[in-house]
Amino acid sequence: MADEIKDVAPAQAIAVQELKKSFGHHLALNGVDFRVARGESVVVFGPNGAGKTTLIKILATIMNPSSGRIFIDGMSAKDSAEKIRRRIGVITHQTFLYGTLTAYENLEFYGRLYDVPRRKERIHEVVETVGMTSRLHDRVGTLSRGMQQRLSIARSLLHKPPIMLLDEPETGLDQQALVVLREALRAEDGARRTVVLTTHNLERGLELGDRLLILARGRIVYEGVTASLDLAGLREAYHQSTGVKA
Amino acid sequence: MKRYILFWVSLVLMLASLFLVFVYVPTEKEMGIVQRIFYLMVPMGWLALLSFFIVFICSILYLARRRDSYDALAYSSAEVGIFATTGALIVGCLWAKPIWGVWWTWEPRLTATLVLWFIYFAYFAVRSFAGEEARGARYAAVIGIVGFVDLPIVALATTLWRGMHPGGVIFSGGLAPSMLLTLLVSLGAYTVLYVLLLVHRTSVRQDEAFINSLKARLG
Amino acid sequence: MSFLKKALAITRKDVLSELRTKEIIFSALVFTVLVIVTFNFAFSASQETTALVAPGILWVTFTFAGVLSLNRAFIPEKEENCLEGLMSSPVSREVIYVGKMLGSLLFMLIIEIIALPVFALLFNLPVFSAPLVTVTFLATVGFVAVGTLFSALAVNTKAREMVLPILFLPMVVPIIISAVKASGLALAGESWGALASWLQIIGAFDAIFLVVSFWVFAFVIEE
Repeated sequence: MADEIKDVAPAQAIAVQELKKSFGHHLALNGVDFRVARGESVVVFGPNGAGKTTLIKILATIMNPSSGRIFIDGMSAKDSAEKIRRRIGVITHQTFLYGTLTAYENLEFYGRLYDVPRRKERIHEVVETVGMTSRLHDRVGTLSRGMQQRLSIARSLLHKPPIMLLDEPETGLDQQALVVLREALRAEDGARRTVVLTTHNLERGLELGDRLLILARGRIVYEGVTASLDLAGLREAYHQSTGVKA
Repeated sequence: MKRYILFWVSLVLMLASLFLVFVYVPTEKEMGIVQRIFYLMVPMGWLALLSFFIVFICSILYLARRRDSYDALAYSSAEVGIFATTGALIVGCLWAKPIWGVWWTWEPRLTATLVLWFIYFAYFAVRSFAGEEARGARYAAVIGIVGFVDLPIVALATTLWRGMHPGGVIFSGGLAPSMLLTLLVSLGAYTVLYVLLLVHRTSVRQDEAFINSLKARLG
Repeated sequence: MSFLKKALAITRKDVLSELRTKEIIFSALVFTVLVIVTFNFAFSASQETTALVAPGILWVTFTFAGVLSLNRAFIPEKEENCLEGLMSSPVSREVIYVGKMLGSLLFMLIIEIIALPVFALLFNLPVFSAPLVTVTFLATVGFVAVGTLFSALAVNTKAREMVLPILFLPMVVPIIISAVKASGLALAGESWGALASWLQIIGAFDAIFLVVSFWVFAFVIEE
């Protein structure tokens, strides 16, 4: 037990061991193992129902695994969930924003939950990053989908998380929001962020990740390095490992 | 093997209790022959409570350990329990008619039993409302815990609510030794029957779950 | 301290949202007044019958208004999956419970504060006595403590509007019985001593279910 933990720390940002999750009789994740180094970007591909969303939710400590262990920055997700949540920013195709509140009020609310220091300045900073300063006091419900997604990115950056988890973030993103997203994933205060991102889009995945995993029926069926693959090669690998044409 | 022993013990005890109720025990002076239903009503009420206690314990264990067997046990116990509760209500009505002249009376124990019935109902309803099996099991466990904790307060409130009513119709006067013996044997017989039903129902439930998982695997 | 601060941040967010939409309080309030008026027709209240049925009417009204507003409590958290946003924030599940509970408590108390004078006016009853206010407050706490738990549960089910009353009403039977009895005594001008045993039941219910709901809430919202 002790050496496993030693094994994981400190270079690994994320370590997942023998992760399983079942919903009743359905096994969503059936023994997933992988590691993500600090500053590394890992893209997770996979057909619908492969367990991508479940994986992200478990990493974000929204969901408890049925069995298996997760370490984030060397801390066990079971024992230090709250500490871990401070280090993680989550973006999904749902924004986690309240439509009845203004952009500022939403960010202020999350700022309070994350104990963000100098909240007001920080809100202005992140809103500027996503180019939404002019709409800061509009109600979120009145904004376009793309704008809401940009605000959602701003929300996830508020507490300067070193680790970002993204579940199919490109769904519903307009062109501008995509640029913002790429920008946001890069770095802050000089340090590269660690990223785990799920997507359908092979082309975008290749471009965003250093390493890639293909998930099918709750297992990792392929692991590779994006630098050594072109789009055609990835298509081929995807088809062979999942049986589904990409 | 264990089940056969349970079955025979249950049968013998049940026959003994029937003999005691209908032949051995003398007819009560004031209430007459109706009073014999008392030896059915008390065990029914006892089973209703016992089942729910088991539901409570298994619900806590299920939430803590997440083993399906605890849920199967809780579910089976609740099923026996809702039958016992329904039985207790029916027997209660049958008792109320000759004694008080009405089918239903808001007597505290009867009222509390009715509330218990609704809590049991919620326990089953929430499973079908939940949509997904595991979620239904989790929600049912929450009802099992909250409902059981609620019961003493329900009993207290209904008793105080009907404050004027004689509190202990059953035990206040003290029972004659022959009546006490009959009651104890009946309680024993129904408790063994409960265990027998629980064992059988749980194994059927687990078989069902196994078949469902096979079905799911076959798609 | 940080626990309460964050819980209050959630409450504050709900209050802010309610100030914008006025969805919960406004509709529950109109509903409450309508029910009181309808009961007035149903019993064609004379002075004597009023004293008899008033506590019952009061608590039937509050119960249904409460169910109505609790039904709405978790709906904003489901739109855009905000509940997951809360769950991925560095707060415990218990913080979420307390925050949501305080919000619902506040809304229900506001509804009662406005409905009670209306009730007093229409039924010509003295509602502004310390005992009645105490009973109402304590009963509301227990009601909302359990209600928040079941509201979070119901929002994830099919036919959620139906689910909440079916699960929730049997559980709050002790609160309703005690509140009706105690309000009756308070309206009749009885002293604290006469209410004591009812207040004890309500108090016990509050204490027990604040604790139990607090502990099991995490199991309700987990996925």
